[in-house]
Amino acid sequence: MPEYQTHPYDVLIIGAGGAGLRAAVEAAASGVKVGVVCKSLLGKAHTVMAEGGVAAALGNVDDRDNWKVHFSDTMRGGQYLNNWRMAELHAQEAPARVRELEAWGALFDRTTDGKILQRNFGGHRYPRLAHVGDRTGLEMIRTLQDHGIHSGMDVHMECTVLSLVMDSGRVAGAFGYDREKGHFILWPAKAVVLATGGIGRAFKVTSNSWEYTGDGHSLAYRAGAELLDMEFVQFHPTGMVWPMSVRGILVTEGVRGEGGVLRNSEGKRFMFDDIPDLYKAQTADSEEEGWRYTQGDKNARRPPELLTRDHVARCINREVKAGRGSPHGGVFLDIAWIKQHIPKAADHIKRKLPSMYHQFKQLADIDITAVPMEVGPTTHYMMGGVRVDGDTQMSTVPGLFAAGEVAAGLHGANRLGGNSLSDLLVFGKRAGEFAAKFANENPAGAIDDAQIQDTAKTALEPFDRGPAGENPYQIQYELQDNMQELVGIVRLESEMQLALEVVAGLKKRAVRAGIAGHRQYNNGWHTAMDLENLLTISEAITRAALMRKESRGAQFRDDYPEKSADWAKHNIIVRKGDTGEMVVEKRPTTPVRDDLQQIIGEFK
Amino acid sequence: MSNQAMFRIWRGDSSGGALQDYKTPVDEGMVVLDAIHRIQAEQAPDLAVRWNCKAGKCGSCSAEINGMPRLMCMTRLNQLNLDMPVIVEPMHAFPLIRDLVTDVSWNFEVKKTIKPFKPRSPDAADGTWRMQQEDVDRVQEFRKCIECFLCQDVCHVLREHHKHDEFIGPRYFVYAAALEMHPLDVEDRVKDLKDKHNLGYCNITTCCRQVCPESITITENAIIPLKERVVDQFFDPLKRFFRIL
Ligand SMILES: Cc1cc2nc3c(=O)[nH]c(=O)nc-3n(C[C@H](O)[C@H](O)[C@H](O)COP(=O)(O)OP(=O)(O)OC[C@H]3O[C@@H](n4cnc5c(N)ncnc54)[C@H](O)[C@@H]3O)c2cc1C
Ligand code: SF4
Ligand code: SF4
Ligand code: FES
Repeated sequence: MPEYQTHPYDVLIIGAGGAGLRAAVEAAASGVKVGVVCKSLLGKAHTVMAEGGVAAALGNVDDRDNWKVHFSDTMRGGQYLNNWRMAELHAQEAPARVRELEAWGALFDRTTDGKILQRNFGGHRYPRLAHVGDRTGLEMIRTLQDHGIHSGMDVHMECTVLSLVMDSGRVAGAFGYDREKGHFILWPAKAVVLATGGIGRAFKVTSNSWEYTGDGHSLAYRAGAELLDMEFVQFHPTGMVWPMSVRGILVTEGVRGEGGVLRNSEGKRFMFDDIPDLYKAQTADSEEEGWRYTQGDKNARRPPELLTRDHVARCINREVKAGRGSPHGGVFLDIAWIKQHIPKAADHIKRKLPSMYHQFKQLADIDITAVPMEVGPTTHYMMGGVRVDGDTQMSTVPGLFAAGEVAAGLHGANRLGGNSLSDLLVFGKRAGEFAAKFANENPAGAIDDAQIQDTAKTALEPFDRGPAGENPYQIQYELQDNMQELVGIVRLESEMQLALEVVAGLKKRAVRAGIAGHRQYNNGWHTAMDLENLLTISEAITRAALMRKESRGAQFRDDYPEKSADWAKHNIIVRKGDTGEMVVEKRPTTPVRDDLQQIIGEFK
Repeated sequence: MSNQAMFRIWRGDSSGGALQDYKTPVDEGMVVLDAIHRIQAEQAPDLAVRWNCKAGKCGSCSAEINGMPRLMCMTRLNQLNLDMPVIVEPMHAFPLIRDLVTDVSWNFEVKKTIKPFKPRSPDAADGTWRMQQEDVDRVQEFRKCIECFLCQDVCHVLREHHKHDEFIGPRYFVYAAALEMHPLDVEDRVKDLKDKHNLGYCNITTCCRQVCPESITITENAIIPLKERVVDQFFDPLKRFFRIL
């Protein structure tokens, strides 16, 4: 029988990105015993990579901004499938959460009157993103980390949770292993917060790291929680396309916010050709007006490059397919052109976008202050995830909470840039607060040793099969190719049916994965154990995408290119059925509260 | 660029190990981390390596490449001589866990010994502060740190003299400087820097500054000004005179 150590907590937080750390700070402040588990070292979670900024209606740059405008922008961006209560709370609470970071030591870029500076981003009506150059995520995670280590939480770095331990329907803890030694660990907990981030590693071209294998989504699903909006995967329009080895690495939307423009091989700004009706009134008529907008002219409307990500990504896809792409299969993103308008443009670009400058210089030998970049869509963000209560962030499983990218609802069919970092803060805090409350009000659940032994046994099987078993990396690569090709930016019934067959085949192979060596820091073993999660969420994405027979937000169906009035009022739920099969359900949305509906009308 | 390249990678754990050769195809634009991943996927599935962002943003993939402390994800193969084997080793200043992965947990413990941020009371009635961009520029440089610990790896006080118990290393001088020079901070860390963190052991060799992937001017902008603060507070005769009064 495999052995394990035990570390009990009141609240266990799985994940140490922005959401997990903010939850931990909040829970610890209420006096309960808090443990944090994360797969990487502290401070290396995805949040560290966020570039452009955190959205909050501070109104520092444009005083017409307020929570109502932010709320209606978020709902419009999400095509009204959002959980409107979350959108409301998010817009109302984001400013306080950002200011709080400043009180904990964060240093955002400043306005001339000494306040936090805000920049333009796609889909946001006013300059709204508080930022630090293009390394906002680093500032945020470091602030939370440095504040958190003095607030009394225990951190278990480089540990992976394999399963949630359940006690008759409620959560009783989590079970996993430490990567360094390969030892098993049990974390009994009265409440568990999932803050595990996204799923990007299910696709071949992605801005996401190895961590994004959909663990939290899959853990929740297996524990019986409902998943929501799984069909909505955000493809960011601008990832690097060359060299091959860096394909997918993100090029921040901040480039376009600072005046960068998209052109095809004919030199045309193709984004002017296709402006959706929902955004016509807010979009510039001319290149000149668009430029004025990026430079802060309050009477100008935004250039079409700053339309929502789903739309920009599809337009780029169209240009490439029509043969008007760049040499390596993308389009051109040009920030260097601003030298026509700005003296010392090169210095300006280096100051506003320092890490983009270095990224291209070092990885592609390209000087973005002199020549255009080549960019194309990359898998970036998961709108779908664990269905939670808007106020408390509790899932449909008692004691199980979720916050950040792993939770669903705030973003609906498409997330606006900058709305994730604010999501982490607002709902991280709420999850921490309500998880602590749950822990205070409920006894610990019973730990069922059989469940634990079962998980441990399965985890060790790849060693029994040894190197003769299936190569786990190979299975992962095949899944990524499959999802990229068949369930990507443009979707089709027949292709997705095929994808389901491929996933089913890979599932059979995954249980035969084998691995050489021992348990100590064995990346091959880790990869083998991630496969189940990747396959589960790939199936969930595909099944939900098949069911939604329309195109809306991030989901584009070639066979159903229009929006449907019926689907406008429905979400899709994925859950595990009684006999273990995946159940996919069409569920009506809750009608928007009257006063919020009025706000939406007001800012149309 | 040649189509095949030889990588000589350190394999082993705290009980011992050796460099092992792996030949792998290389393409245009590849970085060292790509080659490591290819070797891992095709020849050595249990090869231990840390990485996250692949874009120089997270500071996970620190290693010594041909003897130079660098980020594997930002070291392009076309900067290296591929006629010779590329030697990839773990950082030397930290205990080895396995292959390219070292135990850097000491760094996280050290950070806790530095007094946290303590802001002055807010400037405005709404609880916020006012700061000018020029006032935050200096500290923003330090806050670019991605905690790759490459500077710790090269610092002779840690690498050769193993003063991990007494000396916090360049990363944490940068961290202390960021707090000390933060426009809002009112805490005093100078005595700790002198007595507890032994800033005095640093003899400004600038090795740390030279390897910093974020180009933070560690010595000139962080360490030297901190040393000046120590001198001002503890060794300036005039100041001491006033303190006695
Ligand atoms: C390159 C890039 C740029 C971005 N820029 C922006 C931006 O400018 N603005 C914006 O708003 N958003 C941006 N985003 C999106 C945003 O950064 C992420 O959505 C957000 O950081 C996710 O935070 P999180 O706290 O939910 O998860 P993460 O920060 O990803 O943290 C997840 C944590 O969970 C842990 N974990 C996962 N699985 C397990 C397991 N099984 N066991 C234990 N621990 C586990 C991980 O180790 C990690 O600590 C960007 C994303 C990327 C990739
Ligand atoms: S300058 Fe000081 S801190 Fe930096 S490497 Fe040399 S001795 Fe170490
Ligand atoms: S100061 Fe530079 S070298 Fe040192 S840890 Fe930070 S980024 Fe790395
Ligand atoms: S992988 Fe993040 S710095 Fe290299």
